[in-house]
Amino acid sequence: MTFTVRSMGLAAAALYTATLAVATAGPNEVVIGDIDDMSGTYADVMGAGGVEAIKMAIADFGGTVLGKKITLLTVDHQNKPDVASSKFREWADQSGLNLLLGGSNTGVNIAMAKVAAAKHVPFFSIGAGGASLTNEDCTAYTVHYTYDTTALANGTATTIAKAGGKTWYYLTADYAFGTQLQNAASKVVESNGGKNLGAVRVPLGAADFSSFLLQAQGSRAQVLGLANAGTDFSNSLKAANEFGITKTMKPAALLAFINNIDSLGLQAAQGLYLTTAFYWDLDAETRAFGKRYFAVMKRYPSMDQAGAYSATLTYLKAVKAVGSTDAEKVMAELKKSKINDVFAKGGYVRADGVMIHKMYVMQVKTPQESKYPWDYYKVVKVMDGEEAFGPVTGLCPLAPAAH
Amino acid sequence: MTEIFGMPLVVVLGQLMLGLVNGAFYALLSLGLAVIFGLLGVVNFAHGAFYTLGAFAAILGFQWFGVSYWVSLWLVPLVVGALGIVVERVLLTRIKRLEPLYGLLLTFGLALAIVGLLQRVFGSSGFSYPVPEALQGAFNLGFMILPKYRAWVIVASIAVCFGTWLIIERTKLGATLRAATENAPLLQSFGVNVPLLVMLTYGAGVALAALAGVLAAPVIVVTPDMGVSLVTVVFAVVVIGGMGSILGSIVTGLVLGVIEGLTKVFYPEASNIVVFVIMALVLLFRPAGLFGREQT
Repeated sequence: MTFTVRSMGLAAAALYTATLAVATAGPNEVVIGDIDDMSGTYADVMGAGGVEAIKMAIADFGGTVLGKKITLLTVDHQNKPDVASSKFREWADQSGLNLLLGGSNTGVNIAMAKVAAAKHVPFFSIGAGGASLTNEDCTAYTVHYTYDTTALANGTATTIAKAGGKTWYYLTADYAFGTQLQNAASKVVESNGGKNLGAVRVPLGAADFSSFLLQAQGSRAQVLGLANAGTDFSNSLKAANEFGITKTMKPAALLAFINNIDSLGLQAAQGLYLTTAFYWDLDAETRAFGKRYFAVMKRYPSMDQAGAYSATLTYLKAVKAVGSTDAEKVMAELKKSKINDVFAKGGYVRADGVMIHKMYVMQVKTPQESKYPWDYYKVVKVMDGEEAFGPVTGLCPLAPAAH
Repeated sequence: MTEIFGMPLVVVLGQLMLGLVNGAFYALLSLGLAVIFGLLGVVNFAHGAFYTLGAFAAILGFQWFGVSYWVSLWLVPLVVGALGIVVERVLLTRIKRLEPLYGLLLTFGLALAIVGLLQRVFGSSGFSYPVPEALQGAFNLGFMILPKYRAWVIVASIAVCFGTWLIIERTKLGATLRAATENAPLLQSFGVNVPLLVMLTYGAGVALAALAGVLAAPVIVVTPDMGVSLVTVVFAVVVIGGMGSILGSIVTGLVLGVIEGLTKVFYPEASNIVVFVIMALVLLFRPAGLFGREQT
């Protein structure tokens, strides 16, 4: 009994000090938060690597801005929207949060965008794909930074359709992101004179994809559109190889990260088309960044991790430019300045919140073409930001469509 | 062409075959769970984590020491089974006099710890394990292309399942095991070392899970959470078959794999819940499970 009382007392004391530590954050600090999947399916895509990238950006900026120390808070959202939004609210109310970086998972990011609007805190969505973040779900404080479903479809689907892949069948993850991705790709296929023959909606995290793949094969479509992500993507491609489906259908990765390619291996992933915002082996600058990152993380950065680095720098530069962390002033500055760093060249934040920047359509190398570790992609096409992210849709009230 | 519910017969046949492959995994995993529950009365929530450990052990053995698939098939269940024995000795044996709920909580916590540790060390994107050379390629069955490896999975798991069943139902060791399940104190008074029996049974159950992990490694991307979703299905299989029933868990595993496979064709969105719907129905109409006996 005494043990229990004592340990409860200790816990209370620990809790109290934690509260104190939080409460002292304030006028002498600029606080950046990162809410992300740190332990689930998407943990490798941003996760701990994203935290490292943000730390690199803060260090590269000098550790301070406007004479204030830059502090980083991080938490695992466990892919639960309620966990993310309550933590975001807590940081905004008690920790003097100045910027929130959102990690993977579209559903969670939509929930965080709502808090950003209510609390007037700039919110950079780094890891989410859903284009609704800058359409139906847009806010004045949201910047959708790395990529979105529109850009993925414009990259991969256009490239394959133009190369003769006219009939498509989709393997779609049965939730918001999968649907948005399939719809975006379907539109692109149709506008290129192709046909969508159907889709099978697969429950998230299915253990075995072979049944679904045989259905796709039965459609006799030329292209197998994989509208899924993470482990689902890897497992479906792996099974497609095993059942020889890749011999009759061309697989199209509508979202694949370099981590997925690394875990699948080139033998299984070779020839695959995918769209990415970043690749470490593009030029001397990306290679230098990639190698610095590799030295710490023992792997090369994904587009989300590079995006997290760039987003942190972009925010800090804007704060420095306006001489304040005032959310309205910073947002105004963000929407009029250009972004030039290792991740984006001449990038800019459009009125609806999309960060417009180049996207790369890649093809995965064959094992013979790959000369050194992580030598995975060859560039098929470089898309300008406007081409990749498409015109303003008008669904976001901040950016009426041009007539 | 012959059709069933608007589906060509050949398509349905192909899906039945795939269902059988998944059913083979369910059978192998639920068998271990049933054996453990039968003798220890422990609902082993760590089963999925041991399955994952089996797959990781195969991959690490291959990458670090060049251990071949065929050696892993024997070695990994032994190593992971030995780990299971440590868990039984150090942890489970301390709570054997408490309610079953404590065993459930303990193994659940253990599962979280194992998965979390693997995540921490190896990350979440996972690894690929090559299909062994002898089993590469596919059979053309006429109605479908069946990769040789999947055919091997069916054969291997069914052989192991029925081997286990034979040992338990038809040998003296099995008779002793069954006696321990019925009345352990009485058996102990006959001079049988029941704690040793319990320890080895837990080890064997865990070894079966690890074997399933090795079998699964070449067909899926091996990630720390590969066992999480699978083990919930397997629990449902055990409940449907009847807790502790050996034959029940084997047959139910195979049949549910097939039913799930058919659901993937006719209503794919429901394929991850069909097993649980069946479980609910079975619990309503036959609470002891299809092959289970009512507790007296």
